[in-house]
Amino acid sequence: MTKEMTGAEMIIQALIDQGVEHIFGYPGGAVLPIYDALFHQEKVRHVLVRHEQGAVHAAEGYARSTGKVGCVLVTSGPGATNAVTGLADALMDSIPIVCITGQVPTHLIGNDAFQECDTVGITRPCTKYNYLVKNIADLPRVLHEAFHVASSGRPGPVVIDVPKDIQFATGTYTRPKTFAHRGYVPKVKGDPERIQQAVAMMRNAKRPVFYTGGGVINSGRRASELLRELVRVTGFPITSTLMGLGAYPASGPQWLGMLGMHGTYEANFAMHECDLMICIGARFDDRITGRLDAFSPGSRKIHVDIDPSSINKNVKVDVPILGDCTLVLEEMLRLWTAQPGESDKPAHKAWWKKIEHWRARKCLAYKPSNEVIKPQYAIQRLYELTKDRDTYITTEVGQHQMWAAQFYGFEEPHRWMTSGGLGTMGYGIPAAVGVQLAHPGSLVIDIAGEASVLMTMQELSTAVQYRLPIKIFILNNHYMGMVRQWQELLHGGRYSQSYSEALPDFVKLAEAYHGVGMRCEKPADLDAAIKEMIAVDKPVIFDCVVDPAENCFPMIPSGRAHNEMLLGDAAENLDEAITEEGKMLV
Amino acid sequence: MMSTSPSTTSSSTSHYPSAHVAQAIETHTLAVIVDNEPGVLARVIGLFSGRGYNIESLTVSETEHQKHLSRITVVTRGTPMVIEQIKNQLDRMVPVHRVVDMTVTGRSIERELAMVKVRGKGDHRVEALRLADAFRARVIDATVESFVFEITGAAEKIDQFVALMLPLGLVEVSRTGIVAIARGPEGM
Repeated sequence: MTKEMTGAEMIIQALIDQGVEHIFGYPGGAVLPIYDALFHQEKVRHVLVRHEQGAVHAAEGYARSTGKVGCVLVTSGPGATNAVTGLADALMDSIPIVCITGQVPTHLIGNDAFQECDTVGITRPCTKYNYLVKNIADLPRVLHEAFHVASSGRPGPVVIDVPKDIQFATGTYTRPKTFAHRGYVPKVKGDPERIQQAVAMMRNAKRPVFYTGGGVINSGRRASELLRELVRVTGFPITSTLMGLGAYPASGPQWLGMLGMHGTYEANFAMHECDLMICIGARFDDRITGRLDAFSPGSRKIHVDIDPSSINKNVKVDVPILGDCTLVLEEMLRLWTAQPGESDKPAHKAWWKKIEHWRARKCLAYKPSNEVIKPQYAIQRLYELTKDRDTYITTEVGQHQMWAAQFYGFEEPHRWMTSGGLGTMGYGIPAAVGVQLAHPGSLVIDIAGEASVLMTMQELSTAVQYRLPIKIFILNNHYMGMVRQWQELLHGGRYSQSYSEALPDFVKLAEAYHGVGMRCEKPADLDAAIKEMIAVDKPVIFDCVVDPAENCFPMIPSGRAHNEMLLGDAAENLDEAITEEGKMLV
Repeated sequence: MMSTSPSTTSSSTSHYPSAHVAQAIETHTLAVIVDNEPGVLARVIGLFSGRGYNIESLTVSETEHQKHLSRITVVTRGTPMVIEQIKNQLDRMVPVHRVVDMTVTGRSIERELAMVKVRGKGDHRVEALRLADAFRARVIDATVESFVFEITGAAEKIDQFVALMLPLGLVEVSRTGIVAIARGPEGM
């Protein structure tokens, strides 16, 4: 369609043409024309957040749980700078976001005008791409291009900075058919020869392991289906990063649990001792590899990734395959089933026996208590009481996040929203708002910590306004738990500034926001309380008071390798030869 | 390749992996074709500064006016793994069309232009002129007590010329940085 309209109207029209139903934002002087254009239509629904950071996190939750592009609209200056944390978060976790920022009129740019900031300068390193639109003729192209850039290849956030005079200016709106940046052509189809080589290596592997990540989730539901099938037909064990949870079901027989710093003993040992690592859509992050020079020393490595800069960045791999997970997995599966050939069955049997031995250490075991709620127990109960429902989980960042990853079993992709790369405390509530909006009838729970949750608590007000019955399940241990844990293990127990002093009464806080507040302090009361929380059709803050001294194990300590994990006291000690002192370092 | 001494890493109180060490540092010249749009240079430079890569020299100018394409020639130093990263990081940027490693492709010619101002009288002045002639530098400005020479060549040749001018009254130098092109009939 070609039509004369103002810049502000073009923005709304482009959103409609892109199929956008919800946009998260906060008005201000430099975006008033866009808010006026929003007012005149009913196709795009605006969700008013309470802080621009919340707008981006909400859009992230929306995007991750639906696979669509999340949209944000904020004003110039502080509106844009407040959004920066969310943009950096989306960049690290490869979440497709289009963020429209207002800007002062073009003739005032550079004049230190009111609410002016160099938005494209500030957001350049924390976006996949950004635009400053100085000519109304460019606006339609830029709007559609932004959606393409955000959602194609390795997804990421894109900022469009639109000066106020451009919003008022009139121009011709058309939906462009071609893409102006001819240099931007993400490679999606993997090199067939490399895939062939990879499958041949898989056929000959004696101790193989799949190591998968968020790329499988980003690639779409089909990628998870293909992964499950490939894992089944090969019979190989599989582990995943924090971002990849749910691609393979936690109840699957070949599942080893999450790997990395707080990953399971069996997953990390399998990574350490494998002879073939098949990495799909993960990026060898430092929380995964531990000490690089001791990372999986005896293995050959296959790495499938859509981003060429993720390959050979931290770990040199033997077979790099540049492409989209879905297409590569499809080809791998086709070759594996089409080519007759026998895997080394006795070797696999011995490998699984070894893995069972590692599993038998029960690395996630903790000392149960009848007196105080153990945080692990709380997550376990939450899981048991919600697993048969249509449930989405978001988290904040810290111990509770790791416990959620360890103890909540994810069976499906797109059900787990967490800030992995940037590690943004305060992600959970706004992300839950976005998820609940996209899935109105579902149960959306933010597994939170009492410190994180206070960073974006104001978004509870958004949840109340839009009748989004999100459940904020706080594991309240009165500490910034992960900080306290590191201080205990690495800084001689000097708990510098990590105690959550002067906490609010979360029950009253919820009530003040017109939500529902609950508190639970005894293990015996927990089940009934969780059931009650689920039954409430309103936003809930659930203040679950847990053991303040509990640490998150297993843990790969400072600068150590995968086979140098710390285990909790409750884990099984199977090797008698290990001394008390050595136990801590196994 | 990486650190092999466990004592250096296991005693660290950081979980971050130790820095790469003891890999040979190489110098590479990269030719980068980009859309000539506002902020594209800032994007490229920001990548280098943000990720801690080195820039030894950088030149940029529009080379295809109708297509709005610019060519950036950047000389950088790093281990082979870092050089590979730099190329991949550049290549995935939206306005980047192509990245060619002129050092790997071998057969490339590198040139730099410098303008060198020398002030002096008597023997020094004569000597400067004589050396300039030997280096095929041209005089592009002259007063009774100074010359400005224009010299083109490989960076080492210019270094050498500048070093020779130093005792003869070198006042200042302005250099363009390296540009490079592949030999033979093929374009990049």
